[in-house]
Amino acid sequence: MALSRAASASRAALLKPLAAGFLTSAPSPLRRPISTDTTPITIETSVPFTSHRCEPPCRSVETTPQELVSFFQDMAKMRRMEIAADSLYKAKLIRGFCHLYDGQEAVAIGMEAAITKKDCIITAYRDHCIFVGRGGTLLEVFAELMGRRDGCSRGKGGSMHFYKKEAGFYGGHGIVGAQIPLGCGLAFAQKYSKDENVTFAMYGDGAANQGQLFEALNMAALWDLPAILVCENNHYGMGTAEWRASKSPAYYKRGDYVPGLKVDGMDALAVKQACKFAKEHALKNGPIILEMDTYRYHGHSMSDPGSTYRTRDEISGVRQERDPVERIRKLLMSLELATEKELKDIEKQVRKEVDEAIAQAKESPMPDPSELFTNVYVKGLGAESFGADRKEVRTVLP
Amino acid sequence: MASALRRLGSAAARRGLSTACEDTKKSLFQLPQAGGKSSNLCSAINQALHIALESDPRSYLFGEDVSFGGVFRCTTGLADRYGKSRVFNTPLCEQGIVGFGIGLAAMGNRAIAEIQFADYIFPAFDQIVNEASKFRYRSGNQFNCGGLTIRAPYGAVGHGGHYHSQSPEAFFCHVPGIKVVIPRSPRQAKGLLLSCIRDPNPVVFFEPKWLYRQAIEEVPEEDYMLPLSEAEVIREGSDITVVGWGAQLSIMEQACAGAEKEGISCELIDLKTLIPWDKETVEASVRKTGRLLISHEAPVTGGFGAEISASIVERCFLRLEAPVARICGLDTPFPLVFEPFYMPTKNKILDAIKATVNY
Repeated sequence: MALSRAASASRAALLKPLAAGFLTSAPSPLRRPISTDTTPITIETSVPFTSHRCEPPCRSVETTPQELVSFFQDMAKMRRMEIAADSLYKAKLIRGFCHLYDGQEAVAIGMEAAITKKDCIITAYRDHCIFVGRGGTLLEVFAELMGRRDGCSRGKGGSMHFYKKEAGFYGGHGIVGAQIPLGCGLAFAQKYSKDENVTFAMYGDGAANQGQLFEALNMAALWDLPAILVCENNHYGMGTAEWRASKSPAYYKRGDYVPGLKVDGMDALAVKQACKFAKEHALKNGPIILEMDTYRYHGHSMSDPGSTYRTRDEISGVRQERDPVERIRKLLMSLELATEKELKDIEKQVRKEVDEAIAQAKESPMPDPSELFTNVYVKGLGAESFGADRKEVRTVLP
Repeated sequence: MASALRRLGSAAARRGLSTACEDTKKSLFQLPQAGGKSSNLCSAINQALHIALESDPRSYLFGEDVSFGGVFRCTTGLADRYGKSRVFNTPLCEQGIVGFGIGLAAMGNRAIAEIQFADYIFPAFDQIVNEASKFRYRSGNQFNCGGLTIRAPYGAVGHGGHYHSQSPEAFFCHVPGIKVVIPRSPRQAKGLLLSCIRDPNPVVFFEPKWLYRQAIEEVPEEDYMLPLSEAEVIREGSDITVVGWGAQLSIMEQACAGAEKEGISCELIDLKTLIPWDKETVEASVRKTGRLLISHEAPVTGGFGAEISASIVERCFLRLEAPVARICGLDTPFPLVFEPFYMPTKNKILDAIKATVNY
C-alpha cells in the first residue's frame, strides 16, 4: 500500500528507542510503548449515525492506542481463524455446515469493547468470532468445528452451536430468527435481577422478516426490557439480496415504535460507540434496534461460492474500501502508533497461534459414543443400544 | 389385497431399487410401461413440477430461493418458463409461506409451497395443523385448501447435523385432514408428486434429500400419476414383512438381501402414503408371514412405526409369531458426530430380522 510505505519511510527518523512489551505473548525489545498506552485519543467514525426515534450518538469516539492495537490483534486473529476454518473444511476435517464471519469482525470486536462479560450476547449460526470475542480460545473453536472433545460444546454442537456460559454467550442457533425471543427472555431475567446488564440479540437481514422477531420486539417494548436487537445486515440472506426479500431494507426503522440506529458495521469504533449508546439507552428506556451495515466475503456457508448472486467486483470493492482490519491498520499507521512491520509481526504471531491451535485440536479425541445419550434430559435417557447380535451385546446407557 | 406385481427390470439405480409395475385395477393411475429417460430424484421432481404448472394455468410455486432453481435445483427452469408471477421467491418466513399458500388454495388455485428443509417446517406447524387440515371440516365444506401441496426435503445426509437431517413425518401423521406422502425413488416421486398436487386435499410431500443426486432411474417423460394411500410390495417374501418409506427403503433392501443369504425370505413394503395409510396391504402381508418389522430414521418413541405396530397388532394379534420390531433412530436430537450410531443401519435391521424370525 502506497500510504503505508510513504508513512513508514517518513517515520524512520521518528523512531524512539524504548523497550516495551508489544506482542502479548513474547516480550520483545521495541521502540515505543503501543499496546500499553492508555492515553485517550478521539477518532471520528467513518460516517455519521442515522437514527430512528432517538438522538444519534456523536461521531467522535473515545479510544486509546492500547485498545486500537487490541482491535487489530483480535480482528486479525478472527480473520485468520475463519480462513483456516475454510481450509479445514475443504480438507474435510470439518464437516456439516460452516458459516464464516470474515468481513464482519468489526461488529464482534466493537461490541465487546463497549460491554462487559456480564452482558449477554445471543446470535445465530455465524458465531465463531462472537465466541472468540467473548473469550473463547482458538483450541475450543477448532476442536468444536472438528467435533472433538475439547470443543466448547464438547464436540456435540458443531459450527452452529458455540456457547460460553461464564462469559454470557448464549450461542449459536440454527433456526433463523429463533434466538430473538430467547434474547428478550434473557433481558427480562436481567431486568428482574436488577444488575444493570443488557442483552444483545443478534440476527441477520434474512431473519428480519421472521414473525417471531416482531413478537419478541413487542414484548420487549411493552415491558421495557434491556434488550438490544442487533441486525447484522450483510445485505444477502443466503443468496437473496435484501431488496428482494424486504419491502423495507431499512432494518433499523423496522421496530416502528422502537428506536433504531444505523451503524457502519465495518468500522469497529462506530460499532463500539453505538453499542455503548445502546446499552445506556436500553437500561433507561427499553429496547433499541442497531442495524450494522456490514459485509461477508465468503458465501453464506461453505457450500455457497458466494459469487452467483453478487459480482466478484463487489466483493473485492468492499475488501478494498471498507475492510475492517485494514481500516484499523491504516488508522494505527497514520496516527503513528505502529509501523507496518509491527503490524505484520502481529499477523505472523496470530498465524502461529492459529496453526498451533489447529494442531492441538487435531490431537483431541472424538467424544465417547456414550455421549450420544448424555444430556438429552437432565440425567440422560434410559436408552438401550444393541450391536449386530441383539442377544449378546446389549447395554443400557445413562 | 396385496396385488400380484410383476417386477420390471429397473435401470441401475446405485442403490439397486426394484420398481414394480402398477396394478391394473386403477386405470387412472398407470405407470407407463415404456422406459423413459435416466433421471435422478431432483430432476424427476423438476419434471413433475413442469408438468403440473403446464397442465394447470392456475398453479403456483413459491418458497425460499425457488426462483433460481432452489438449493437442491429441484425448481430449475420453472421461473423462466412459467414466469415470475407463477414461480416466485418468498422472504424467509415459513409460517407466512404456508399460511399464504392456504389462502391461495382457498381461492381454488394449486399452491405448491416449498419449505427449504423439513427441519424448518415447525414455524408453519400451526398453519398446517390448525388451518390447513381443518379448513374444510370447520366450514362445513364451503371452503377448502385442497390445492395446497407442501414440499420439503427431509432425512439424513451423513453430515447434516441437528437442523438439516430431521424426519418430522410423525408429527404430521397425527393430523386428520392432511395427507403425508414420501416417495422412495425418482420414478415414484414424479408420479406421486403429480398425484399430490392434483389431490383435492392438502398434502405434505417429504422428499428424501439423500437421494436427490444418488438415486437414478428411468423416469417416463410423460404425465403420469401414482395412486395415493396404496402401499406397494416391492419384494415378495414369506418369512417376515418389512415396512418402510423414503430413503430408508434402500437400506432395508440391502438388509433383505443379506437376510436372503441366510435363508430368510423378506417381504418389503413401501408405504408411500403415511396418512391415510394402506392398512389392508400390510395386514394381508402380515397374515402371510406372521412377522413385522418397521424401520424409519425418525426417533423410535412416537414415530410412525408405533402407529403401524399398534394397528397391525390390533388386526393380526393371533397371527403374529413374534413381537413387532421397530428399528428406528434413537431417542436423542439428531446428532452431529454421532450420526453413524444414531441411524437405523443395515446391520441393525438385519440383526432384528434374524431375532424376530428366530423368536
